[in-house]
Amino acid sequence: MSLSLADVQKVAMLARLQLSDADLERMTSQLGQIVDYVNQLAELDTENVSPLSHAGELVNVFADDNPRPSLTRAEVLSGAPKQDEECYRVPAVLGE
Amino acid sequence: MNFLASSASDLVKNLESGDVSSGDLTRVFLDRIDSCNGQVRAFSSVTAEAALAQAEELDERRSGGQAVGKLAGIPLAVKDVLCTKGQLTTCGSRMLSSYAPPYDATVIARLRAAGAVLLGKTNMDEFAMGSSTETSFHGPTANPWDRGRIPGGSSGGAAAAVAASMAPLSVGSDTGGSIRQPAAFCGVVGLKPTYGRVSRYGLVAFASSLDQVGPLAATAEDAALLLEVIAGHDELDSTSAELPVPSYSELLAEPLQGLRIGIVESHFADGLDGEIEASVRRAITLYEQLGATVHPVELPHSRYAIATYYIIASCEASGNLARYDGAHYGHRTDEGRMLEELAEERRMLVEAGDSAGAEQIDGPLVRMYRRTRAEGFGDEVKRRIMLGTYALSAGYYDAYYLKALKVRRRIRDDFDAAFQQVDVIAGPVTPTPAFALGERMDDPLAMYLGDLYTVSANLAGLPALSLPCGFSDSGLPIGLQLQAPPFEEARLLRAAHQFQQETDWHARRPSLVEES
Repeated sequence: MSLSLADVQKVAMLARLQLSDADLERMTSQLGQIVDYVNQLAELDTENVSPLSHAGELVNVFADDNPRPSLTRAEVLSGAPKQDEECYRVPAVLGE
Repeated sequence: MNFLASSASDLVKNLESGDVSSGDLTRVFLDRIDSCNGQVRAFSSVTAEAALAQAEELDERRSGGQAVGKLAGIPLAVKDVLCTKGQLTTCGSRMLSSYAPPYDATVIARLRAAGAVLLGKTNMDEFAMGSSTETSFHGPTANPWDRGRIPGGSSGGAAAAVAASMAPLSVGSDTGGSIRQPAAFCGVVGLKPTYGRVSRYGLVAFASSLDQVGPLAATAEDAALLLEVIAGHDELDSTSAELPVPSYSELLAEPLQGLRIGIVESHFADGLDGEIEASVRRAITLYEQLGATVHPVELPHSRYAIATYYIIASCEASGNLARYDGAHYGHRTDEGRMLEELAEERRMLVEAGDSAGAEQIDGPLVRMYRRTRAEGFGDEVKRRIMLGTYALSAGYYDAYYLKALKVRRRIRDDFDAAFQQVDVIAGPVTPTPAFALGERMDDPLAMYLGDLYTVSANLAGLPALSLPCGFSDSGLPIGLQLQAPPFEEARLLRAAHQFQQETDWHARRPSLVEES
């Protein structure tokens, strides 16, 4: 198995996911299988191949700097779980 | 007149000549949804009032002699991954279960401007991650041909809605086959356009370098009509191509004489269902009778496509889905309970004498993120986020993400070389017909491996189309995939249209008993 429980715990933290012990175990086994499968790419020699991040291969698409109306503050805040009509409200970031 | 069995192109004529009003036509489809959606569950939300209001406004415009758009009065279903202003856009996720965006996607704005009547939103795998429409928070969609089977995914609702005559047209999205595979499993036409052909503005992002919006319809002619409306450059999507949109509908009749069709023999190797192989080979023979020539081509790196795809798609997804943080929109965990949980954990660590542990415990904001995301996302979305986060994390980036991008280049180079010799590549869409509900839910890798014929077109950015080419003995639809060089959608639509002039696979419909 290419992934340990500790690896998966660390990744869950990086991904900001809280997983139960049972979820972590199941995830370790399933991700292990998937990682083992994708490891087959290692057998290919890609020494002088340039990576293709985008099929369009566009570079530097510029738009004219024309101001135009955007969504209002009220519209933008309309979907927020908690807001005070000016800002998003979140739990304390710095100590209590 | 049986409008449910009519093509969208015929319905346009019926509306123009006054055989039916937009209001009445919309009622016909809303009634059909009422009586069939309980069995198929293709729609996750139906916007009947808004649809009727839109249809009646169109009727007034038309009777007042005002200009109406190309799809004026045509009812249409939209995958629940495209933002519709003020209307639910859930992406099949608890995270967005009550989300109504403050703006329309460009594709939606274009459809409205063309007069299409939006019936509602169709069910999908959560955030378009899946091949069966089983990962939806709303529950699975059934295949209209056999309700014990999946409709394919992730645009399963969009394909099932057309197959079950609940909408003449629908719009889906395709990141690794999510239009073509459900089209094949449901017996309809589905087209994934070239990357950049259709604007992604307002398409909820899964994997931004792979996602593309496209049409599903009963016929290639209808798919051409819909593509004409949604395609084209959009200044709100800098990856959309600044190229003119051909009149796809007018190019359908051009003869196929001399069309060079490429066949990849390894696509017919072990693992391909025998009935699918036979149907696909018969379809290719029919193309020869229509004047096409067949040539063997090779795509030597296509065996690496699944591994490449699942690395790239998951890496991009892990970044795109970071926006679901419980702060800006969507679900947020219960704050009171979250704070109680933290206090309890801290108290237990202190009691156990683990002061270092108590120091390291999540702050309230981080815990809010973690609980929100744990509650809001389903298992498959979590797996993809975890896989992508792992592959992008320090020490693994080169071995996974960068490696996959290099193999992606090899896959694209294979296609470029093949298209020096042929005009289209034909083959199967799926290795098997539609599988049973639940069959692959506990085996993610088995689910992924079913995408082997479709993911390459996304990696290479090519247009690819699925069209019905037969049925299994047990009555399940079989699809033929046609792939072409970038921006050659017209070639695919023309080849599919002419096939449909000679066959009637696309005219068959599942028998659903209407429930009152």
